[in-house]
Amino acid sequence: MKMDAIAADPLLAVTDLTVYRGQAKILDRVSLSLARGETLALVGESGAGKSTIATALMRLLDGAEVEGQADLSGAGDLLALPEAQMVRLRGRRMSMIFQDAGAALNPAYTVGRQLISVLRRTMGLDRAAARARAVDLFTQVGINDAEARLSAFPHQLSGGMQQRVMVAIALAGNPDLLLADEPTSALDVTIQAQIVRLILSLTRDRGASCIFVLHDLALASQACDRIVVLYAGQVVESGPAHDVLTRNRHPYTRQLQGCVLEIGRKDLLAPEGNVPSHDQMPEGCRFATRCPRALPHCATEPPPLAAADPARTGPLDHAFACWNPE
Amino acid sequence: MMKDMSAMTDPRQPPAPTRAPVFELIEVEKVFQIRRPGAGLRRDTVGLRALDGVRLRVEQGASLALVGESGSGKSTLLRVLLGLDAPTGGRALYHGRPIREVRAEGPRFARDVAMVYQDARGSLDPRMTIGALIAEPLRHFGIVPAGQVAGRVAELLARVGLPADAAQRYPAGLSGGQVRRVAIARALASEPSVLVADEAVSGLDVSTQAQLLTLLRGLQRDMGLTLVFITHDLGVASYLCEEIAIMYLGRIVETGPTDAVLAAPAHPYAAALRAAAPRFFEPLPEPLPGEIPSPLDLPPGCRFSGRCPMVQPDCQTRDPQLGRHGEGRAVACLHPLGAA
Ligand SMILES: Nc1ncnc2c1ncn2[C@@H]1O[C@H](COP(=O)(O)OP(=O)(O)OP(=O)(O)O)[C@@H](O)[C@H]1O
Ligand SMILES: Nc1ncnc2c1ncn2[C@@H]1O[C@H](COP(=O)(O)OP(=O)(O)OP(=O)(O)O)[C@@H](O)[C@H]1O
Ligand code: SF4
Ligand code: SF4
Ligand SMILES: [Mg+2]
Ligand SMILES: [Mg+2]
Repeated sequence: MKMDAIAADPLLAVTDLTVYRGQAKILDRVSLSLARGETLALVGESGAGKSTIATALMRLLDGAEVEGQADLSGAGDLLALPEAQMVRLRGRRMSMIFQDAGAALNPAYTVGRQLISVLRRTMGLDRAAARARAVDLFTQVGINDAEARLSAFPHQLSGGMQQRVMVAIALAGNPDLLLADEPTSALDVTIQAQIVRLILSLTRDRGASCIFVLHDLALASQACDRIVVLYAGQVVESGPAHDVLTRNRHPYTRQLQGCVLEIGRKDLLAPEGNVPSHDQMPEGCRFATRCPRALPHCATEPPPLAAADPARTGPLDHAFACWNPE
Repeated sequence: MMKDMSAMTDPRQPPAPTRAPVFELIEVEKVFQIRRPGAGLRRDTVGLRALDGVRLRVEQGASLALVGESGSGKSTLLRVLLGLDAPTGGRALYHGRPIREVRAEGPRFARDVAMVYQDARGSLDPRMTIGALIAEPLRHFGIVPAGQVAGRVAELLARVGLPADAAQRYPAGLSGGQVRRVAIARALASEPSVLVADEAVSGLDVSTQAQLLTLLRGLQRDMGLTLVFITHDLGVASYLCEEIAIMYLGRIVETGPTDAVLAAPAHPYAAALRAAAPRFFEPLPEPLPGEIPSPLDLPPGCRFSGRCPMVQPDCQTRDPQLGRHGEGRAVACLHPLGAA
């Protein structure tokens, strides 16, 4: 796909998304763009705010104050739309696969009933048609015995099967923006590959876009066009997958890459230190407390996200935020 | 605590008869009764064989990775090891005695054998603070005097890479990965000799994962902690665990030293897993052909035969059993790879 053509017509443009929980700034001016038909990987420190971004876009965030803008093409600013309109968008134009499948499914209802009710609501199907479609979707996500499993309660399914049920529910309404929060962390690698292929064929191949939250950088390189790296609520590096993985400039991205465990590797060196708590977060670069390349002013002056190549400064191009890049 | 790996890796040297392995499963079977498909409102049930003749030995100080198909029975196997589920057939032993019996005797077993659950969030009481959750096993098992509990909690939080202020928060206030770290801190609190962990590091970024894995590897190698570790990540299995067991539909289909098995898998399913592991910038692997058979309706003969690229006519009639396959290895296949 031609990058400049899509840059002109993004499906989603998030600008300066900031989320507070009490005093804590959970997200700090996060900006990202998503082109039509594009797949984006959101990677980064556990607790960095990846799920918060996805949940904020769905407008399902509780107990938080949200600032900024998130324009979904044809719908307007997701952060400002009236709730009634969001209700119509959810499931139809955008849907989310939640990280904790076990917690996202209702333990009191069978998984079939949960899927069928989404199908009836988003697709306007009658009961029989919804049931037939449900069997279809279960089979597509690799659940054998689809008929029988429709009447299972969530606790009767293995963790991986619950995850696949969530995938089926999220894809039920053919959304054009899918937010998939670690959809395959609980699956074995053969089914993971199958599910990722399935998600891509049901989204990218029909021009829909997808944001994958994931931790496996190798999988990100296989499945995603671009990567956004997040640390402690800030975007530290973003760009085409190849640039971010092979020509990364931010010390945190470099650190992540150094921790990838390929089969047979035994010489892992764990990085030092932890993310500071929110009341001790540096004003400037939030990685400054752990960064091997920190300069004296890093902790006080926030580094701006700047293009890696001054000739390519579009929102989809390679950029990083660091005063002393690798 | 002493390491005793020799008995596991060297088949010529029989295990010392005086020392039973930490865990021993002998032909363990676990059948769940579930509603019969298409039974409508009738209350017909049918048995789902989640574990079907599982044999496994875990020696003191061993580190075993359990990998395999989603739904193949890994979590069920762990629940049997912990005495939470009684096997419906076969025997499950802890130091030579039935696990359920040892467990019923008192808190000793629960202290020695710690668990990290797959559903970390579901395993934590949402009304308790993180500090109270970690203090609970410290108090319950009397690990440190009351005056030192707070200090130990802080130490455990730091060990798993959580900020000190996490102690005042509730599970709902933590991200998925942070909750997982709380579960690990809680499991380590009782100073167990065995750690049984279900996807303990999945869902963590690789740098946090690296911190926890080096911690666990250190405990295993230096303190003799026995590890049974379910993971889908073959890189994690190969870093942390000296041995591996690969499961498919209720059975162990291949076991042996992790490096040897991953370098040259003998079972075609193990080979498919190995081939599906993510690789930088390679195209996503083609899925295995065929449908995953239902555990309610297993094919005759080998249960992998419907999807196996190496299938031969006899595979559809003979059910392969786990049998010896070279140095410290075993495989359940009639035509193992690399056997020429
Ligand atoms: N309900 C809440 N109350 C207070 N803080 C919260 C709440 N939910 C999340 N947080 C905090 O917000 C931050 C971002 O959380 P989020 O779940 O978005 O992280 P994440 O990047 O998805 O992490 P993970 O990879 O572990 O899932 C974390 O530091 C977390 O502790
Ligand atoms: N309480 C239960 N009632 C009925 N069936 C169950 C129950 N618990 C598990 N099962 C079934 O037993 C089989 C094995 O499940 P188990 O949770 O052990 O798989 P697993 O290997 O841990 O899978 P995953 O990798 O997806 O977590 C599955 O078919 C599952 O649906
Ligand atoms: S801005 Fe400074 S502290 Fe931050 S990553 Fe760059 S060098 Fe390190
Ligand atoms: S026994 Fe036959 S079908 Fe089964 S795994 Fe071996 S070769 Fe494949
Ligand atoms: Mg998350
Ligand atoms: Mg499981």
